[in-house]
Amino acid sequence: MKIRTIAAVATVAAVLVATAACSSGGTSSTSSSGTAGKTLTYWASNQGTSIANDTAVLTPELAKFKKQTGITVKLEVIGWNDLQTRIQTAVTSGQAPDVVNIGNTWATSLQATGAFMPYGSSEMTAIGGASKFATTALSTGGAPGQTVTSVPLYGLVYGLYYNKKMFSDAGLTPPTTWEEMVADGKKLTNASTGVNGLAIAAGSYTENAHFAFINAAQNNASLFNKAGKPTFTSAGVVDGIKRYLDLMQTDKVSPVADAQYDNATQSTSDFANGKAAMIINQSNADGTINAAGMTSDQYGVVPLPAPSGGKKVASFIAGINLSVFKNTKNKTGALEFVKFMTSAAEQGVLDKPYSALPVLKGVTPTFTTNTAEAKTFSDIYNNMSQPLPLVPAEDQFESTVGKAMNALFATIATGGTVSTSDIKTALQTAQDQVTATMG
Amino acid sequence: MAVTEARPRAGSPSPQTGTKAGPTRFRRKKPAGWWLPFVLIAPAVVFEILIHVTPMLVGIWMSFIKLTKFFIANWSAAPAAGLSNYHLALDVNGALGASLLNSFLITCAFTIIVVGVSWLFGMAGAVVLQRSFRGRALFRTLFLVPYAIPVYAGIIAWKFMFQRDTGAINHFLADNLHLISATDKPFWLIGDNAFTAVVVVAIWRTWPFAFLMLMAGLQSIPEEVYEASAVDGARPFRQWRSITVPMLGPVNRVLVLVMFLWTFNDFNTPYILFGGAQPPSGDLISFHIYSASFLTLNFGFGSAMSVLLLLFLLLVTGTYLFILNRRSRNA
Repeated sequence: MKIRTIAAVATVAAVLVATAACSSGGTSSTSSSGTAGKTLTYWASNQGTSIANDTAVLTPELAKFKKQTGITVKLEVIGWNDLQTRIQTAVTSGQAPDVVNIGNTWATSLQATGAFMPYGSSEMTAIGGASKFATTALSTGGAPGQTVTSVPLYGLVYGLYYNKKMFSDAGLTPPTTWEEMVADGKKLTNASTGVNGLAIAAGSYTENAHFAFINAAQNNASLFNKAGKPTFTSAGVVDGIKRYLDLMQTDKVSPVADAQYDNATQSTSDFANGKAAMIINQSNADGTINAAGMTSDQYGVVPLPAPSGGKKVASFIAGINLSVFKNTKNKTGALEFVKFMTSAAEQGVLDKPYSALPVLKGVTPTFTTNTAEAKTFSDIYNNMSQPLPLVPAEDQFESTVGKAMNALFATIATGGTVSTSDIKTALQTAQDQVTATMG
Repeated sequence: MAVTEARPRAGSPSPQTGTKAGPTRFRRKKPAGWWLPFVLIAPAVVFEILIHVTPMLVGIWMSFIKLTKFFIANWSAAPAAGLSNYHLALDVNGALGASLLNSFLITCAFTIIVVGVSWLFGMAGAVVLQRSFRGRALFRTLFLVPYAIPVYAGIIAWKFMFQRDTGAINHFLADNLHLISATDKPFWLIGDNAFTAVVVVAIWRTWPFAFLMLMAGLQSIPEEVYEASAVDGARPFRQWRSITVPMLGPVNRVLVLVMFLWTFNDFNTPYILFGGAQPPSGDLISFHIYSASFLTLNFGFGSAMSVLLLLFLLLVTGTYLFILNRRSRNA
């Protein structure tokens, strides 16, 4: 009995370790060893159509960098599903690359870990000075009042893509208010042809969190107060989220099937294949749309409209930022690499394959030959966007509110109804979860 | 070697008669090669400590400190949290405690159904394939396929099959069997059906193991027992109830325990099936802990939840073995 119990206890312990070890485990990354000064490790997030595509795009640029400086850059492109875990493991273990690019919404949360090198005045000078960056772009680099720990690399914003032919056939012009967008969507929704007004990725918690922010901002409501505490249940936030959910629930311009879309590529494909008249996507949707055979003259882009009387916020300032790990053994080289990647020449080269907006002052976008589209996106980026909350708990906002919205969309899709008080209850839970761990 | 070994044995019958110093001198001398078992077991012990015990102790330590995103780059700076992480997890009136309790209850239901059904399937399969017939080997192989397929490949295939509009399951139910309306196909991976989906996939993955273990157990039951009972007029069900089940007792005891632990801790199935965001009805506890803490860099809280899970499973296992052992002693 005794021995068997001990054996059983050991078994349980062994099985449980799998859970406990999640934090300390993970793949061990190649550290930044090697000849200091001569090599760098760079983790790049997946920006192109595939990881192989990214490698193909970046390799010649890294060769160029080597020619200029003699520094070899070891590149690893990491898919989005793994990136967060990989960065966390790197931060926790100290086994980190020298330079990493991150989704800029994580900038403040990761800044709080203290693992990234702050770009103080000497570091800024080394990369060409803070003044070279567009003000909008640089505002995503970290919490206000603190030295930024990331600098912008690629700029992205949301725009409302519409199918030109569908609109002209129905005698419609692109919407300028949210109400017009809904009305157009209703007119263009046709069950017999299988066309829907607007396709959304309602099963993606990150997308949902973004739209929670944008719709709340249009109501002039914010998600965190000045003290950094969540205010998810304020009337403006609840109303904004309801407006977005109602696209599926009461307006029925988005099909219930979208509740299963856990990736914006799926809604983009619907648009490109003529199954949806509109999508709200970041400019890098161009790659997917063009790959599916839809050319840039077949669609137009306008800013996501606000409800009449609302604040004209069309997007948050999305994009990719570049950070240097504090414990790099080659700080000079790392800064030189950041300078290279954020130079006007490289921006011009890399914005094209990645459909990104320039993050530098006075540089014209190169990502599309469609000048109207380029102008619209630049205008949204510089004049109609706000950064996501620049607080350390931003990541918790995305995961709690985003997942709550997933569940609300699921309720709508499976035939239930979601009232304002249901939304408020769900957001109260999300808010309590964030508050409880803030301590 | 043989000589030195024989010495203590030869000496031992005499101690009563000899002086007091004699036997102690003999006893103190250890047999040559006494160290060999220790050396043989040492690598196992060292790696066990390194790979299992140390991370577990670190995990327990983490649960007592405030290891949030502000400190993960420098663990030693994290302030002590006392029992506050545990308080958060166990406070069922708070948002975090309530969601943990909800997840725990879902996992209990999930485990009971998956282990129960897998055991039944495994038993049925093992008994049916006990008789020899043409094609038996084929069935045996076929039944083990889910166990042999890499986890990811198997579950991602289920994910495709469970899609609402393009999935094979809705196509089969609506267009082939006409059990459900083709215009109003159900969602399987979101909403309340997600629980059914994750249960089905977990059973598919678990039952071949039950089948394998029970099939092996059945080989050890002598054919004569069945023959004798048949002479006494026992029908197949009676034979199964009175011979097969009792004689598989030791196998079942281990099998149910192992399946319980695996199923309760199942992380892969919900993670691969639901991706980053689990639907509330499929909120299994391992994945819940992962997404409630590790995704937001609150390792202290996550560790506290893991330790609570560990304690619960230890309690269940201990009680289970205690009851079963007492019963088998009384029998």
